[in-house]
Amino acid sequence: MWGHYTQQLIHSLPFFLKGLWMTIAVSLLSLIGGTVIGFFAGVGRASRAKWLRRLLSVYVDAIRGTPFLVQLFILFFILPELGVQIKAFPAAVLGLTICSGSYICEIFASGIEAVPWGQREAAISTGLNRYQQLRFIILPQALRTILPPLVGQYVLLIKDSSVVSVIGVLDVTRAGWLTVQRIPEGILVFGLVGIFYFIICYPLIHLVNYLEARMTVQKFRL
Amino acid sequence: MLESFNFRVMFEYYPLFLKGFLSTGWISLVSLILSLLVGILACAGRLSRSRLFSTPAAAYIETIRSTPLLAQIYFFYFGLPSLGFLVPELQTGILALTLNSGAYMAEIVRAGMQSVSTGQIEAGTSSGLNYFQRLRFIILPQAIGVTIPPLLGQAIVLVKDSSLLSLISVMELTRTGQILTNERFMPAEGFFAVAALYLVLYFLLKSLSTWWQKRLIFRQAV
Repeated sequence: MWGHYTQQLIHSLPFFLKGLWMTIAVSLLSLIGGTVIGFFAGVGRASRAKWLRRLLSVYVDAIRGTPFLVQLFILFFILPELGVQIKAFPAAVLGLTICSGSYICEIFASGIEAVPWGQREAAISTGLNRYQQLRFIILPQALRTILPPLVGQYVLLIKDSSVVSVIGVLDVTRAGWLTVQRIPEGILVFGLVGIFYFIICYPLIHLVNYLEARMTVQKFRL
Repeated sequence: MLESFNFRVMFEYYPLFLKGFLSTGWISLVSLILSLLVGILACAGRLSRSRLFSTPAAAYIETIRSTPLLAQIYFFYFGLPSLGFLVPELQTGILALTLNSGAYMAEIVRAGMQSVSTGQIEAGTSSGLNYFQRLRFIILPQAIGVTIPPLLGQAIVLVKDSSLLSLISVMELTRTGQILTNERFMPAEGFFAVAALYLVLYFLLKSLSTWWQKRLIFRQAV
């Protein structure tokens, strides 16, 4: 019996590969969008303007306090009520972008705040304006602290992309869900789904560890 | 849009919202406690010097971390019946949540144990305490204080992750929003109320964590 199901599973491999392509597409687009939003929001979150920091913390808290599934439902079901007709794939990318943007915002903000204040002082006293300070002094040093957790957040993003299968996006999880209706071997089907995600996420997690080791400032010994 | 908000319907569905809210809290609490136990076991296995324990523990943690929670939930929901175990959805969901959270708990437990300085352990050894006495009188009292904030962070994650159980028809808060959407075509009222209730839980847990951290600093200062 298992042999028969395994054969059927192998026949449905192209279906899973289509799902894999969709997962990569959703994740990649949201990754780029989330990083852009997270970058600007993070810089704002670390700024001196108290009103900006407060406003952005409302955004961050709202996203971090609610489940991604609920955010996705709000976008997918409520935007049409407001007159915006949105299909599943754009809603998924939008939802994932907004969600990851808030976490990436926190990562950028803590990275910027981790740069020693003396650097900022030196930049100011050398006569650089705010944009130049950020571009030449603060951000290059902040990137050291930011890169490992940022890649870690990308891994979380790829895993969260499985949730968008609920609103009909045909990703790996949805492919598994549809397949298991025909091939009632949950362990085989979702074992395969797990293997697909494992192939993508496991190397990235080790990349994070490698980056963390590389980015640690080595002690200066005379 | 707020003018057309049908508060009367929300009031009518108040018992359902309450049921979902309490159900989410209950599921999260049970999963938190169980996953702490799993995490302690996994951490002990991971740090063990014998490969018999460390390899399965490491495999468990890496597998959970590299696969999405939704795929794990579906794995148990569709997989357990094919093995012959007919487990109700609630228990299946708690099982999936516990196993998922346990892998992250292992890291939290490890960090907590390692926060106790080796000098303390050395003092314990030189005072003649055996392994279990050291654990009980020296390591655990100091480790617990440090572990509470990440534990509460994991509780927040569990509250949000429990929303995925609504997809295997477990009655909890997100399901309430889905019911309101399906029965009354009112996704706005449903999901905004649901989001607000999740934020209540979020701010509750967050202020608990802040209070504990302040208490910890006060005690350490004294």
